[in-house]
Amino acid sequence: MTKTQVPAIEGWFTTDPERPALLGTRCTGCGTYAFPRASAFCANPACPSTTFDEVELSRTGTVWSFTNSCYEPPPPYISPTGEFEPYTLAAVELANEGIVVLGQLAGDTTVDDLAAGTPVELVIDTLYEDDEHEYLVWKWKVVD
Amino acid sequence: MGAHDVAVLGVGMHPWGKWGRNFVEYGVAAANDALADAGLAWSDIEYVAGADTIRNGYPGFIAGATFSQALGWQGNRVASCYAACASGAQALNIARAQILAGFCDVALVVGADTTPKGFFAPVGGDRPDDPDWLRFRLLGATNPTYFALYARRRMELYGATRQDFAQVKVKNARHGLANPNARYRKEVTVEEVMSSPTVADPLRLLDICATSDGGAAIVLSSMEYAKRHTTNPVRIAAISTVTPTFPQTVIEMPNFSTDSSATVAPPEIGFKDAIAHAAYEEAGLGPEDLDLAEVYDLSTALELDWYENIGLCKQGEAERLIRDGDTTVGGRIPVNPSGGLASFGEAIPAQALAQVCELTWQLRGQATGRQVEGAAVGITANQGLFGHGSSVIVAR
Ligand SMILES: [Zn+2]
Repeated sequence: MTKTQVPAIEGWFTTDPERPALLGTRCTGCGTYAFPRASAFCANPACPSTTFDEVELSRTGTVWSFTNSCYEPPPPYISPTGEFEPYTLAAVELANEGIVVLGQLAGDTTVDDLAAGTPVELVIDTLYEDDEHEYLVWKWKVVD
Repeated sequence: MGAHDVAVLGVGMHPWGKWGRNFVEYGVAAANDALADAGLAWSDIEYVAGADTIRNGYPGFIAGATFSQALGWQGNRVASCYAACASGAQALNIARAQILAGFCDVALVVGADTTPKGFFAPVGGDRPDDPDWLRFRLLGATNPTYFALYARRRMELYGATRQDFAQVKVKNARHGLANPNARYRKEVTVEEVMSSPTVADPLRLLDICATSDGGAAIVLSSMEYAKRHTTNPVRIAAISTVTPTFPQTVIEMPNFSTDSSATVAPPEIGFKDAIAHAAYEEAGLGPEDLDLAEVYDLSTALELDWYENIGLCKQGEAERLIRDGDTTVGGRIPVNPSGGLASFGEAIPAQALAQVCELTWQLRGQATGRQVEGAAVGITANQGLFGHGSSVIVAR
């Protein structure tokens, strides 16, 4: 039986199999982007706006910095397979929004494959599973 | 001497360690040491400001009252505050404001913590609205994840090496050898640091500070009151607790992302520079006036960032300072003569106070075995989660 795929968090990204994207907002008052979404106030101190359009953020960007995690973090971290395996993380400057977004790297990308400026794109991957569900999250993938 | 100066009449610390006792005990021990150091009795204290701990239940959230009760209810006024790693400095700032406003003459500031083993974990329970909880669930991003991002950034931009980072640990371990309040009093070599297990590349276990139990306390008074009790007291010349300015374009714990710089240009002075900048402005002093600094070396690489943030050198030049021995006791501008977090480990609400304790001992010439000769002006700098940071300038 195939498990049902569900986002690990609702409303933060699309799960389009071809072109998934992070879901952020653009302020209707000043144009400031936000991720995660703004809902009640704008981060710009000069902007009183309280309304925000949902937007798909750039699917591509460049690595600002990167690292890995060699020890299992404490809960609420959940290991994808039940057995801890180190993973790689990168902070990525999105192509158009002036935002840096943190994410794990998909697949077996290691820190040796990365440098500041490495181009990456957004993918959706499994974060962890239970008996019925596969919980999805955004990850970065090095552009070939 | 500035119109907004207050005096440090007494300082005290409970040694850092993994003692496993109730945090209140450490705070009370530190408070009693600070009172003795000031030559005052508990009954002389008019105001208590407590720096909170969020990992020790309700008593930790109301630290000012908790310590007051432990020392014995006596009807003094209290305040309690939490500001992540800057909690101690904010408590100090609250006490200073009370004194400068004329509401009291003498106050006691206390912070203490009992910490769990290993990584700092978020507060328990299912809390998907809390970014500090979510970053562990969605990304597995621990505190060392962020420290490592900054470390790698230095390597990519400025050619920092793992040897440079290790050299910071070697220096701080040597500084801490003679400090009776330090938890680790053992020399380490560059090779030992570099061959310790990788936690978050490029950082090794010995590049990252541990979590500790500990307590620190400061007796603060008006300059007038101080004159009646001592001559030439160490004084607080500035306390900065500024927030970032939008857009904050450096990713900070516990966030998933930075602000957007698409519509508003980033501020001229970045957040960590601004923390020290505000303190310098308040004190009417600059980096050229410093004799020493105590900075928040949550990781070895972060200490290098601070050299630039507090203006000891230009951006990208910190590696030269550590390589040349400038920041070693005996060098041009010693940093972390106490041994820093490398020798202490972090006891969050006590740590910013411990930095001020060290500067006080240094300025009095009482820092046996680690004394910076002729120290007259020192600065502290620290930064924590959710846009918190602090910088205190102590002068004599
Ligand atoms: Zn706006």
